[in-house]
Amino acid sequence: MTQVAVEKKVLNENQILAEKLRETFRQNGIFCFNIISSPGSGKTALLERTLERLPKESRVAVLTGDLQTENDAKRLARFGFPVKQIITGGTCHLDARMVEKHLADWDLANLDTLIIENVGNLVCPTGYDLGEAFKIVLLSVTEGEDKPLKYPSIFFKSALMILNKIDLLPYVPFDAEKAKENARKVHPGMEILELSCTTGQGLDDWIRWLEEKRKSVMVPA
Amino acid sequence: MHELGIAASILDVVSHEAERRPQARILKVGLRIGELAGVDRDALAFGWEVLTKDTQWDGLALEMEQIPRRQRCTRCGHEFPAPDFMTACPKCADPLTATIAGDELDIAYLEVEES
Repeated sequence: MTQVAVEKKVLNENQILAEKLRETFRQNGIFCFNIISSPGSGKTALLERTLERLPKESRVAVLTGDLQTENDAKRLARFGFPVKQIITGGTCHLDARMVEKHLADWDLANLDTLIIENVGNLVCPTGYDLGEAFKIVLLSVTEGEDKPLKYPSIFFKSALMILNKIDLLPYVPFDAEKAKENARKVHPGMEILELSCTTGQGLDDWIRWLEEKRKSVMVPA
Repeated sequence: MHELGIAASILDVVSHEAERRPQARILKVGLRIGELAGVDRDALAFGWEVLTKDTQWDGLALEMEQIPRRQRCTRCGHEFPAPDFMTACPKCADPLTATIAGDELDIAYLEVEES
């Protein structure tokens, strides 16, 4: 009996495809990010508020994942940018193959931003690289401030935590400072923004954050 | 519950390795799973059992080594285990430490019998 070393990532196939996507994005000058949260934390609302703030000539496109329905794509298509729904049919996360397939009939040379809204789930999307520049995790104040400790992987792997629905803070027993402290225990130095998609508070900071990130990750071709 | 998909990915790698070693019988698959990998070991074992049942891989053992989180201080360079999210440096108290282990999801080795 012998032991032979394999030393491969379990999600090797996905990783290879994700690197290919990343290279495609780089060649086309596309800034891509992947938004992840529990169902109902406000991913789609954040994208609505984001898209409505962008100039009409922006070259942004959105892929939005759900188990069923085209509802989110319909909500987001109102802003006039290309939007495509990825219906996973039961799969709890997006993978690189789904992204590649749904990009097939878009002219990528015409885009400069690709937003991927993952399936509402704090666990399963974590391990699947989609070729994005970074992951962003949303947490809303109607959830528990211990979410980062209960679901550490996604908070560890995301560059930014957005604390959403802060307009509700006076009405819920959510300790925002504790939530931030928990996130930074899991991910030392994690960047955090607080905002409300209902009142608009914090949205300008979010748009500014995105522009700064774009500049820092996009190396001129 | 993405562990079934992970089990399927493991099976892909195992099948590929088996093709490369037609003379060998695979007895065990050794995995390294970091505590930050977000993988439930019981769910993975169950997914593996479901997927391999009544196939040529029926009974193939999965050995899962749990990898605890380790951090390195970005200021003083001290390396330390970080259970229960105690990620601040125990030596110099700097909160900005980097993770150096604990997010693995790797197939480390196969145990094989060569004939």
